Amino acid sequence: MFRFIVRRLLQMVVAFFGTTLIVYALMFAGQGDPIQALAGERPVTAAQRAYLTEKYHLDATGVGGFFYRYFDYISNLLRGDLGESLTGRSIGEILAAAWPVTIKLALIAIAVAVVFGVTAGVLAGIRRASIFDNATLLLTLLVLGIPTIVLAPLAQYFLGVKWQLFPATSGADPDFYALLLPGIVLGSLSLATALRLTRTSVAENLRADYVRTARSKGLPRRRVVSVHVLRNSLIPVITFLGVELGNLMSGAIITEGVFNIPGVGFNLFRGIRTEDGPLVVGIVSVLVVVYLVSNLVVDVLYAVLDPRIRYE
Amino acid sequence: MSQHAVQPTPASPTPPGGHLLELRDLHIEFRTGEGVAEVINGVSYHLDPGETLAVLGESGSGKSVTAQAIMGILDSPPAHVTSGQIRYQGRDLLTLPEEQRRQVRGKEIAMIFQDALSALNPVFPVGWQIGETLRQRLGMSRSDARRRSVELMDLVQIPAAANRLGDYPHQFSGGMRQRVMIAMALAMEPKVLIADEPTTALDVTVQAQIMDLLADLQRNLDMAMILITHDLGVVADVADRIAVMYAGRIVEHADVRSLYRAPAHPYTKGLLESIPRLDQRSGKLTTIPGLPPNLMDIPGGCPFHPRCRYVQQVCLDVVPHDLVLGDGRTSACHFAQEVRDDRAR
Amino acid sequence: MSDFETVAASEDQAARRGPSGEPGTPNRVGQPRKPRSLAGDAWRDLRRKPIFWISLVLVLVVTGMAVAPGLFTGNDPTDCVLSRQHAAPSGGALFGYDFQGCDTYARAVYGARASLLVGALSALLTGVIALVVGMLSGYFGGWVDAVLSRVIDIVLGIPLLLAAIVLLKRVSTDSATVRLGSVIFVLAVLGWTTAARVVRSSVITAREQDYVAAARMLGAGNGRIMWRHILPNALAPAIVVLTIALGSFIAAEATLSFLGIGLREPTISWGIDINNGRVHMRESATPLVVPSTFLALTVLAFIMLGDAIRDAFDPKLR
Repeated sequence: MFRFIVRRLLQMVVAFFGTTLIVYALMFAGQGDPIQALAGERPVTAAQRAYLTEKYHLDATGVGGFFYRYFDYISNLLRGDLGESLTGRSIGEILAAAWPVTIKLALIAIAVAVVFGVTAGVLAGIRRASIFDNATLLLTLLVLGIPTIVLAPLAQYFLGVKWQLFPATSGADPDFYALLLPGIVLGSLSLATALRLTRTSVAENLRADYVRTARSKGLPRRRVVSVHVLRNSLIPVITFLGVELGNLMSGAIITEGVFNIPGVGFNLFRGIRTEDGPLVVGIVSVLVVVYLVSNLVVDVLYAVLDPRIRYE
Repeated sequence: MSQHAVQPTPASPTPPGGHLLELRDLHIEFRTGEGVAEVINGVSYHLDPGETLAVLGESGSGKSVTAQAIMGILDSPPAHVTSGQIRYQGRDLLTLPEEQRRQVRGKEIAMIFQDALSALNPVFPVGWQIGETLRQRLGMSRSDARRRSVELMDLVQIPAAANRLGDYPHQFSGGMRQRVMIAMALAMEPKVLIADEPTTALDVTVQAQIMDLLADLQRNLDMAMILITHDLGVVADVADRIAVMYAGRIVEHADVRSLYRAPAHPYTKGLLESIPRLDQRSGKLTTIPGLPPNLMDIPGGCPFHPRCRYVQQVCLDVVPHDLVLGDGRTSACHFAQEVRDDRAR
Repeated sequence: MSDFETVAASEDQAARRGPSGEPGTPNRVGQPRKPRSLAGDAWRDLRRKPIFWISLVLVLVVTGMAVAPGLFTGNDPTDCVLSRQHAAPSGGALFGYDFQGCDTYARAVYGARASLLVGALSALLTGVIALVVGMLSGYFGGWVDAVLSRVIDIVLGIPLLLAAIVLLKRVSTDSATVRLGSVIFVLAVLGWTTAARVVRSSVITAREQDYVAAARMLGAGNGRIMWRHILPNALAPAIVVLTIALGSFIAAEATLSFLGIGLREPTISWGIDINNGRVHMRESATPLVVPSTFLALTVLAFIMLGDAIRDAFDPKLR
């Protein structure tokens, strides 16, 4: 187990350098004017130009200069110093304010996926080919097929503006109620995937040989399903939900943008819209790290849940 | 379809209290979108305390389905028991409510399966899986169940049993896993043990060890055992009686000695001739031509007739009844006498 | 297209069965059954599914809009007059006018072209990458497979939206063609992995078939075996995956355009219109609802179509 974690950690370190290098190279390499690249089409003031040149060591040139700047960027990233956005605010502070909101939102979304998706998935898996099963399959197909840029604004319009069941937008410091609708919208996709995954997994495990063994021991059906089948079926589901939590933290760009939730995705959304290069680079770098770490956690979780992996 | 006469199973006289386990004219169908397959067509056999019955047949002959029907663990759909009785200690298990039926499982009749790796739950330690039966069914405490699990693992000769309680199935070798499976089946000291191809997935040397273990346990614990196998070589030393199945029927039923000496059904004869014999060097190994029938379309008359070398017109037209041959033997062949007396190989 | 799938799939099936085939399954009721094939079964299965027909019709209608939008509306989507801002439906403008005073319906109809173009070309490019990578990886195995599989793992691990943002931020031009090309390129570069895995596994299956070994013994070269024997087997599953991918690419294009880093005005894209409609939803909801509905139905149609075909061809999942 220990060796397993160490191995995954080393893999993560490699992936970290690889990914950040790619991000960095894509943002800066081969640009005529890197400062203009950061600023997009906005005019750059002399003060900003000086700040960016110093911040990203743009005076160094050549391949050596590129790596010099890359390691500079990495060490800043590791120290948590993400620099300033074009509006002059510290990106670190922006993120510090944004994370709690994003995490709250992601947790609501995951809770929605677990409570409805996994439960319905187990039922559908047990009663395969029933009306309930077919109905959930069709519904999840609909949810999976409708893009978030359709779902989020429409939910906001109908449930928020027209019928006023939920607050249409959330303020600077959103409470649970304000985050509920965005959370459901954000979680609906995870819900649909979790449901389908659970259904397939349960249906497959119900046919497994060990289920026959458990029945031949004279265990009641409830116990066979709730202990033997579920414990096996939930391994891929829990793994998926872990990956999904990582995705949701970085992937709430649309939902947070539409509902005006001041989370990480919202700031990224705004950074893209206002063409604030440093803000986008900073947030994307942090999100990449979050993504890598969440993948590591999920791998370890998988090993904890499945003894066949643990003792490989 | 059912032209069989329901007959008492003749291999031994019914004891005063009745047989321990008795199947009477069992019929099972598999109903799928493709059609209906008649998997079991009137199987009758019985088991008395302390004896070993071998049920022999090719895959698809219905031997495992019969066993699962006894256990009551057939998947339904697609399986449906359409008629017949499974009597255990005088009660028909098929008419029992599920809750009472469940009580029989594991405690009265236990079963071990072919592939222990897939038959054991991969995510629970073996000690937990053995103990689960004890805790759930006998209400043992955690520590009692643990102690008893070690005893059971010792009983099936797993070395250093106490240290291996926390290991997972995939950490055991094939033979050891099958021993775990056996320990689990023995947990509640069943009166009947059904072993469904217990050695098929194992190496030849390990096969012998497991068969010896089963034979010892059966003797020492005074269990009755149904040994399901497709391997005639395996059963000779262990079984008291043999029931040979073909296409969902029992085609021959005899004690081991008579059956080996003089098989009375062409199918059994074919099976015996297809195993190599040391005492007959010159003898060519023969095989039975053709394939077992499609169970959705069993041939009319005797189901074996397309592959039978003794076939006559009557075999195409009339389903043979069980012919009682004396010595408590039966054979579902129109020419059972002739086949038995035809020693030419 | 569907003919082609049928052919590829039946070859696939023939390969699995071997030359002798299976004896026909006689029917108890007594009516003789036709010999069954996977493609035949799949078609019988599909024909009975309303979802298949609904999605097929939707796909055809949207394709029609993309090819000849003039058949669906007489109005010019770029004919925008501010005085008609949020005006009620009139004169062919079925759903009235948006904030800019453009015909909402006409814009939605004309939006199909960019969506389908991006979707189809990304899927095509994806298909090419996936076939090349999957065939090389599956056919040669060994270190080629090891390297390519790692590459697939890495690309699969990249969050699509973040990577697309990073890549597309570098495209600062307003040239419609360049932006269209960039979006297609980015989507294909990030989206080929699933299809490549599918191709790889069907290539591995096909590689082990007897007739491939026979072809090799007869002296056929790697190139010929891959082209004549392996490719046809890999195509059917790849096309199913790509149909679903086409739907997701359309959704991804709309999302990027919604964010302002995909397509831009004057190109007409549902993503741009949804964002514009969203901003003014309190004044009038139709400019939001109409392109949203068009986008959702189109994406759904492709995903459901692919899903239905896959289910029909994969009896295991039933």
